[in-house]
Amino acid sequence: MGFSMLPKVLSQMFKKPWTNKFPAKYQPSNTTKYLKAVGAGEAKINPPIPTPPGFRGKIIYDKEKCTGCRLCIKVCPCEAIEYKEEDKKIKIYIGRCCFCSQCNDVCPTNCLSMGDEFLLADSDPYAKALIVE
Amino acid sequence: MKSKTTTKTTYNIPVGPIHPALKEPVFLEFEIDGERIVDVDVKLGHVHRAIEWASRKRNPIQILYLAERICGICSYCHPAAFALGIEAAADIEVPERAEYLRVIQAEIERITSHVLWAGVAAHEIGFDTVLFLTWEMREKMMDLTEFLCGNRVTKGILTIGGIRRDITKDMLPQITKSLDYFKDNFEKIRHIFLDDKTIKLRSQGVGILTKDDALKLCAVGPTTRASAIKKDVRIDTSYFAYGDLDIDYITPDILTGEVNGDVYDRIIQRLLEIKQSIDIIEQCLDKMPNGDLVSEPKIPKLLNQLKKVEGEGVGRHEAPRGEVIHYVKLTGEDAPFTWKVRAPTYNNILPWIPMLKGEQIADIPIIAASTDPCMSCTNRIGIIKDGNRYELRKEELYRLSVEKTRRLMR
Repeated sequence: MGFSMLPKVLSQMFKKPWTNKFPAKYQPSNTTKYLKAVGAGEAKINPPIPTPPGFRGKIIYDKEKCTGCRLCIKVCPCEAIEYKEEDKKIKIYIGRCCFCSQCNDVCPTNCLSMGDEFLLADSDPYAKALIVE
Repeated sequence: MKSKTTTKTTYNIPVGPIHPALKEPVFLEFEIDGERIVDVDVKLGHVHRAIEWASRKRNPIQILYLAERICGICSYCHPAAFALGIEAAADIEVPERAEYLRVIQAEIERITSHVLWAGVAAHEIGFDTVLFLTWEMREKMMDLTEFLCGNRVTKGILTIGGIRRDITKDMLPQITKSLDYFKDNFEKIRHIFLDDKTIKLRSQGVGILTKDDALKLCAVGPTTRASAIKKDVRIDTSYFAYGDLDIDYITPDILTGEVNGDVYDRIIQRLLEIKQSIDIIEQCLDKMPNGDLVSEPKIPKLLNQLKKVEGEGVGRHEAPRGEVIHYVKLTGEDAPFTWKVRAPTYNNILPWIPMLKGEQIADIPIIAASTDPCMSCTNRIGIIKDGNRYELRKEELYRLSVEKTRRLMR
């Protein structure tokens, strides 16, 4: 009986917060302005926790190696890959990608791999950063 | 609901479908006498997502990722049950090492889910400090999941005939570190949950599910084991590598010596299962043989092989919430002819009625949460015709069921 959580709470008061404050220690009043300032070198970004090895981030596509076999289109669960008839290459819409990396496994020439980029939020699903070709 | 003709007036109070205490849409209609619940009616069917229908134009490899999205928390057990069903239908033998790796993933998911549940249960009785403590622990397990699978939630680790990622020797220190963290902190979380006055006040003697009721209503998973019924798919019909492991039924009387079937027992049950899961993972890491990861590494070849299969298979897996059943029928086409999912919450909804009867209104959230419900997994039937929604009556449902059996027999 008793309040067994109390000692834990009291000790927690003197500990550092567990959360990594990313991208800044305090929420900036205007994120776009803040990011511009970071770009100009005026403000510093609080680095994110490094991704573990084997992380599934934005797909990296090696166009030279691709033979246009269309196997990745066959296994993609969310129809994120489009085939370009004229140059026999593929186009990946990251906005639809579910990061299962099944296309990486099936590719016979290993031209697809998972990168470690994870900041992929965008208001436009067809933004340039969200299309890999 | 039937209204009784008594001299005292009872009130009908609807709770849901969207209600802050329940998180997911479910509709409960209570008949209330003062503060006491006299009768309950549960209505489901608010989050039908047509997942089975969506499977009809996908091949089995694509369905694995669709199955993963049936439930966010059990994102491993649905593809596991589906893969077991396909493997049963196509007679695919899984390499031994892959079986052990599958067990490790399943147990990691169980720990993550049970710790999450512990936090949610604490939140439901207004003990948010414990919510943050348990979710800090859960974060360690999520990090381990990310380390092993590359994703935090939707793991994408399972494939038909094996598993996609190996655990190599240089990964072992990280895994043992995470497991040690859990073992060190387990005593703390056990102390908080089992000795704390606040939790005891709200959970002891509340929401009792007797052994008879649990048997009659076919409750599954921790809900039924907390009522002292020894039912666990991992042991009853062993699959993966569970047959080779030292594993036994867990019931709350191991710790307390008696079973009441109340919310407190369900807390004990889940905490004991976390401990058991850590033990199983360690056994797997010790016993794991060397060998292949998948039976057929070339996916196009596997798909062609599955295309020729004609047959049906049932996959049963002990998910964190109970037994999940997937039925698959292949008829020599790209997509399976039929795919049926039965999530464990489907069985654990009806036990709410005996649990809730006689309790107070304020006990609804904790009793509902104590079975760890997952509505979006459960909803499988919804009929919309001419823009209107119809409810299926028993006779109609029976007729449809008979028709489906005939259709499948053909």
